[in-house]
Amino acid sequence: MRTLIFRTAAPFITALMLLLSVFVLLRGHNDPGGGFIGGLIAVAAFAVQGIAFGVPVVRRAIYFHPMAIAGSGLLLAALSGVLSYAFAVPYLSGLWSAPSLFGVTVDVSTVLFFDIGVYLVVVGGITSIALSLEEREDG
Amino acid sequence: MELVLAIGIGVLAGSGVFLLLRPRTFQVIIGLSLLSYAVNLFIFSMGRIRLNAAPVLDPAANDPALYTDPVPQALVLTAIVIGFAMTALFLVVLLASRGFTGTDHVDGRER
Amino acid sequence: MAGESYQVDRAQAMIAGPVASADWLIVVPVVLPIVCGALLLMFRHRMRIHAFMALAALALVTAANASMLRRVLADGPFSMTMGGWLPPFGISFTADVLGVSFALVGSAVAFICCLYSLGDIDRTGRRYGFYAFLMLMMAGVNGAFLTGDMFNLYVWFEVFLISSFGLLILGSDKAQIDGAVKYAILNLVATTLFLIATGYVYGTFGTLNMADLARKVDGLSDTAPLMTLSALYLLAFCMKAAAFPVNFWLPASYHTPRIVTAALFGGLLTKIGIYALMRSMILIFAVERAAYSMPIAIVAGATMILGALGALAQSDLRRMAGFLVISGVGVMLSGLALGSEGGLAGMAFYALNSMVVMTALYILAGTMGAAGAGFSLHDLGGLYRARPLLAAIAFLLILAAAALPPASGLWPKIVLVQASLAEGAGWLAGAILVSGFLTTLALGRVFLLAFWRPASASLPIARVPSLSLAVLLLLLVPVLLVGLYPEPVIAMSGSAAKGLLDPSAYIQAVFPQAGGG
Repeated sequence: MRTLIFRTAAPFITALMLLLSVFVLLRGHNDPGGGFIGGLIAVAAFAVQGIAFGVPVVRRAIYFHPMAIAGSGLLLAALSGVLSYAFAVPYLSGLWSAPSLFGVTVDVSTVLFFDIGVYLVVVGGITSIALSLEEREDG
Repeated sequence: MELVLAIGIGVLAGSGVFLLLRPRTFQVIIGLSLLSYAVNLFIFSMGRIRLNAAPVLDPAANDPALYTDPVPQALVLTAIVIGFAMTALFLVVLLASRGFTGTDHVDGRER
Repeated sequence: MAGESYQVDRAQAMIAGPVASADWLIVVPVVLPIVCGALLLMFRHRMRIHAFMALAALALVTAANASMLRRVLADGPFSMTMGGWLPPFGISFTADVLGVSFALVGSAVAFICCLYSLGDIDRTGRRYGFYAFLMLMMAGVNGAFLTGDMFNLYVWFEVFLISSFGLLILGSDKAQIDGAVKYAILNLVATTLFLIATGYVYGTFGTLNMADLARKVDGLSDTAPLMTLSALYLLAFCMKAAAFPVNFWLPASYHTPRIVTAALFGGLLTKIGIYALMRSMILIFAVERAAYSMPIAIVAGATMILGALGALAQSDLRRMAGFLVISGVGVMLSGLALGSEGGLAGMAFYALNSMVVMTALYILAGTMGAAGAGFSLHDLGGLYRARPLLAAIAFLLILAAAALPPASGLWPKIVLVQASLAEGAGWLAGAILVSGFLTTLALGRVFLLAFWRPASASLPIARVPSLSLAVLLLLLVPVLLVGLYPEPVIAMSGSAAKGLLDPSAYIQAVFPQAGGG
């Protein structure tokens, strides 16, 4: 599928989709969205890039092995619940704080880190499946 | 509304079970997917069918009579994610099996 | 805008006081394997440390389970509800004697299998993530034993189904893929049924918490949904536990993967189905279980006899071990059919014993296959003369698998036979004894052909690695110890059965302030 039109449009599509995936991830707490659907959009972006330029290009661009990304997401999600041990609340309790960064109040919470962990797991796991399927198609 | 939902769940479940009993693994996977759609719709309907009520809290008007039960929707989300992961893994195995035998017959060989 | 503004009272939804740090022990058997599995996925290339990280994690998990068992035996069940929400809104993890004893034996068995895997899994297996999948599978197993929420039970079932699927296909040879496909399809149907039943439970009761269900099930005015629910759960968990007639996924898949994987599956997977049966049928749907006791008894009788006959018909050691697992499940189901304290205590003890013995049986089959000329009884022979230590271990394991003295399997069999005679189901007691006799025949045939018969093939018998012998001895020693001194385990399974039949302590652990409900 390495036509000229696709190869020209693919980088823009991929970049926009990755940006959208992060937006959907951060939006997910109070509005429709979240880590799972954000991760799927990111995987679609990588898949588009893989179809247009071939799987080795995508693997070099991701740099880490997809399963390692999935593992780091799983670690982040599991550890985000452990922080509540210090506050004598049960595992996976939502702990909020609103530090002010460069004058803007940013709401951070263990829930956000859990969602980022879910995002990384989805990206890692499904990218590894999608890239191995695309490799099978090529070879 | 209940009748439409019930007929829809029934059709999906029936098609899913029919495909589940077919000899080709691809048909079996599609059958499992249809069955999981039916089950997800069923769980969703356990929250009692209501029109025009989101499971989202509105800070301005927090009257609990305006919201549907969010728990079945959370259950359905979890079930969809799990089903998706299982289907993806299963498809990869199906492709590997087809690579070995040249066919996706469930018994691994054509009759 | 309908109605006046509604004041939100957080005290009715969230936990007010601090949570004791000792309660955090209940999440350790689940969180530690997940963290270790995640680290193993991240450090996929440093293969030399994989096995040791896995062993360290499993050792810590076993220690946590042992400490929890000591606590629940002394003080009764305890619970922690996640996220700071009050039960039944939050997901509860509840540790009682039944759950923690299963989790302890399960994690100890997994630790020993992990030791065995040092010799069984080579570099390729490690690169494809054997230890990572093992960790995730153990997270699912421990989660299933410790959870107090029906939907969370479904989630842990799926976690260990997907991880076990990954373990099954490791190595990717044709027979494994074939077995994995059948395993996956049939187990997915079982979990779909489980999901339907769980959705229906929520629709009927409005809650998914097991303690809350145990409270509410008596108060329901319309009992028709309860029969449907208990039938769905019975079918779903019997499929998981490989009861006749839905047991055929087990002989189709358990003989295909590597020995260490088959040992893990044979020891753990069906027992999770047995545990789920005990939880749902006794804790929640006790009245309906009594109504279903005759069908369950018939299924139990058929499973144990047909499993033993299947074992007698096999000549491949691994297939035979699979049928022996099925036969054991049948004996356990007879305890469910009886539903009395003796029946449930025998069922729990038999399950714990079966976890250890079936794992050992698969490892023995692997060791014999590696030493001799393959797994088929047609080819094996002369192992007694060549490897006497292996023969001695095999003989004791055969006694254990056939539930004969001095092994520990004798005692739950006695408890179950006594319970059946006490309930007036003499035919069930007869079926247990007949299946034991057939199992003895099948295993005796193995010993006769593989060990006593002179070697027929001209191939030399390979050296048995001392790791395999050490692992077999590690599994055998507790079996013999409990066989000679069974009182503590009988008392423990008795208290587990009492805790199921009278759930007031369980409900009290989850709802400490409960007066009338």
